[in-house]
Amino acid sequence: MKNSISQIKKSLIEKKISVGELYDEYLAKAKSGNNNSFNLVIDRENNISSINDSQNRYDNGNPLPLDGIPLGIKDLFCTKGIRTTASSKILSNFIPNYESFVTQQLLNDGSIFIGKNNCDEFAMGSSNETSYFGPVINPWKNKNSQKDNLVPGGSSGGSAASVSEGSCVASMGTDTGGSIRQPASLCGIVGLKPTFGSCSRWGIVAFASSLDQAGPLTNCVEDAAYILNSINKHDFNDSTSSNHQREDYLIDINNSLEKKIKIGIPSDYLEDVSDDILNQIDNTKKALSKHGIEFVDVEFKTTEYALSTYYILAPAEASSNLARYDGVRYGVREDGESLDDIYLNSRTKGFGDEVTRRILIGAYVLSAGYYDAYYRQAQKVRRLIKNDFQRILNEVDFILTPTTPNEAFKIGDKLDPISMYKNDIYTVPTSLAGLPGISIPSGLSKNGLPLGVQFIGNYFEEKTLLQLAALAEKELSFNE
Amino acid sequence: MSNNWEMVIGLEVHAQLKTSSKLFSSSPNKFGSEPNENVNFIDSGMPGMLPVMNFGCIEMAIKTGYALNFKINKHSVFERKNYFYPDLPQGYQISQFEFPILSEGYINIESGDNQKKIRIERAHLEQDAGKSIHDIDPKYSFIDLNRVGTPLLEIVSYPDLSSADEVINYMSSLRQLLMYIDVCDGNMQEGSLRADVNLSVRKKGQELGTRCEIKNLNSFKFVKQAIEYEFQRQINIIDGGGEIEQNTMLFDTSTGETRAMRSKEFSHDYRYFPDPDLLPVNLTQEQIDKIKPLVGELPQDKLNKYLDNYSLDKDIAKIIIAEKQNANLFEKMISESTVKPKFIAAWLVGDIFAFLKENNLEVNSLNDKTKDITDLLRLISDDVISNKAGKEILPKVLNGEGKPSELVKELGLEQVSDSGELEKIIDEALIGEEENILKFQGGSDRVLGYFVGKCLKATKGKGNPKLINKILLERLKK
Repeated sequence: MKNSISQIKKSLIEKKISVGELYDEYLAKAKSGNNNSFNLVIDRENNISSINDSQNRYDNGNPLPLDGIPLGIKDLFCTKGIRTTASSKILSNFIPNYESFVTQQLLNDGSIFIGKNNCDEFAMGSSNETSYFGPVINPWKNKNSQKDNLVPGGSSGGSAASVSEGSCVASMGTDTGGSIRQPASLCGIVGLKPTFGSCSRWGIVAFASSLDQAGPLTNCVEDAAYILNSINKHDFNDSTSSNHQREDYLIDINNSLEKKIKIGIPSDYLEDVSDDILNQIDNTKKALSKHGIEFVDVEFKTTEYALSTYYILAPAEASSNLARYDGVRYGVREDGESLDDIYLNSRTKGFGDEVTRRILIGAYVLSAGYYDAYYRQAQKVRRLIKNDFQRILNEVDFILTPTTPNEAFKIGDKLDPISMYKNDIYTVPTSLAGLPGISIPSGLSKNGLPLGVQFIGNYFEEKTLLQLAALAEKELSFNE
Repeated sequence: MSNNWEMVIGLEVHAQLKTSSKLFSSSPNKFGSEPNENVNFIDSGMPGMLPVMNFGCIEMAIKTGYALNFKINKHSVFERKNYFYPDLPQGYQISQFEFPILSEGYINIESGDNQKKIRIERAHLEQDAGKSIHDIDPKYSFIDLNRVGTPLLEIVSYPDLSSADEVINYMSSLRQLLMYIDVCDGNMQEGSLRADVNLSVRKKGQELGTRCEIKNLNSFKFVKQAIEYEFQRQINIIDGGGEIEQNTMLFDTSTGETRAMRSKEFSHDYRYFPDPDLLPVNLTQEQIDKIKPLVGELPQDKLNKYLDNYSLDKDIAKIIIAEKQNANLFEKMISESTVKPKFIAAWLVGDIFAFLKENNLEVNSLNDKTKDITDLLRLISDDVISNKAGKEILPKVLNGEGKPSELVKELGLEQVSDSGELEKIIDEALIGEEENILKFQGGSDRVLGYFVGKCLKATKGKGNPKLINKILLERLKK
């Protein structure tokens, strides 16, 4: 069992370890790079003043909430003075002169960045195979086929793998259709996607603006609460940032929920799933029933439309969000005879296949003559999906689903985009609705690979969602 | 030949709003800075940067709504207009499309001796693009992003205009209104107001023809030239048996000709969709109502007031209301003195404007001299000095060389209105004029003029002519 943030802080306070020693410990693992989970690792010298400042605060007895904690940062967050690539060739030389809102909060709270985590290119992918810097390898192996390298999931695959392999204490990821929850599930860790509007998108390389949301990938639910306390703040510079009152997510995290809880399990999610997956739901149900939690069957009416809705809206927004990568002002430029050639060459060579595919889909669904049939229709369906969730969340407090329809698969196994897209079938609807979802490890598959379950709560109800997840985590914990 | 033809014109006017910062970023919105000086990470389209709406732009749009008789929409939506160009760093322009902030307005313009109502379909807020500079280097183009994100209000008329003169009247009325409500500086040379002209031709009474759009005209002169050229070009094509292609045209200011930039076939598909980085603009009635008092008096209100309350001549009143700063100066002078508005207006439009023009000065430069000006006008209207003396002193007052009363004394221009003194001078002037006195008494009025002139000369021009006249008549009738 890896150390949690509170355990590490305790060791630092008790001077069993120094901030520098802690950093070196994680850095050594990050640098070994066996799983390719980092695009860039930050040497101790380059973090020396942060390390010293942090140690001073411990020595003076006034450490900050995340003081000295080595974090991985998905390479989608702009980090001032540190190369930020979105795992794309087109940004492979880009060094931002500004710090994203979310990472700034983490720095303000004393954490130290150990490096930039590999991810799918522009966060488009479910296996971390679309990265310009190569695929990330899942630290877990199939016990029946040890030699196979498995995917960590995606797009925050490097984040999930690095937390799982122990090269950082926690990692900041982003989730657009499942990009935190799905890799967390496949790597046996906790992944939280907060409510859309909780954490500012300012300074995060945009994929699909109406869906993108930052969130933590951690070893345990309590760690997720630590990170959420830091990053969940209103930001005036993000017009979609909510200005509701935030809570302290750590207080009472381990106390059982106050009121009697009812959890809905969508029966339509469990049609045609494997025994491995069914077992996760059954185990969770059994474990929580002991605590007096009631389970009821619920039924969505919109599930079958969610994936196609997502794969219209997200590419539509992406096609526009990625227009700025034109080789003119920054990033990689491929020269050409004319302006059009510069655009064509820079973007053709700068973007990988999956990104190109989604830009083309997005441009198509927005184009004259197709807009009404695709984009506008998808917006309407999105509204229906939201309403569907609202209807169910009026009946129950939380929804329990599998996080993924399968365990981690072999790198290179899913070549067909549609079968890849289906990996997000349980996470995409929540994203479309903008609701918070958390994936926690729930057990192992027959092949000895981790699987997770997802709890979905109501808007901005992260506090109770984390309490429920913490309770389930206690019951479901398994050893590697 | 073109007598049977008429032109049908609709106008898209882009007005730059006079806000201190840009539409979606806090960079300064100003003209004339060093290239790329007013550019931040949002303007330059850096990864992860997000727009934040400047509510000042919404307020200015609402003001415009009131001034141009628009329906002010409580719900409007910013959308992305997607196209690639180096001076468009985001790869899209944020604009309003399906739900503009203003719809269905109108203004009245003069057309010949009549008024004509020009309907306006919509007005929407959008970002301006930057500038590409192609004439510095033979191989490379240069980009200046200062203008990126500057707020524009695009005002789209119906095709209600039917001559170049009407177009110019419409544009100048718009310009006047926008300057009155203080949302646009109206500086066409700096591009604060530019127009795209949509023009088609038809035989009188027939159906609308295919239109061409002439882009980006930034002076009345060019608008007129472009319209006249394009009108004739289209007629020539049709007369020659051809058909008009729906093209986007550029006006070449050096040749005075329009030429096709791109045809409809190659027109962009802008792939508009609501900008997911921004929330829809939802206004309350209260927010809209709050802006109304800020609109202030519009030119037509002032014209009516000047005619009804101040009894100004219409021509003079129109000159004064042409620009808000004229009207402001005029009204300041009225409020500061008891001189008759009509008297002030005559001097303002006459000698004062002439002085400004001669010295290439702004009307506003006189704002702190209004008290001195009205003091001078008071001296003239009270006959303390003559009209002629007034004209002599005015430039000195306007140059700030001294107070009117002091200048009058200094220059010895005070009128002699002491009847005792004047009587003495007149009596002296009449010595040895028996013959002429007899002539006058015999009925020759012309002699009176001769005597007045002689007396004025004796006073070195300072004698009050009215008083001289009066005393002379008394003397001569004896």
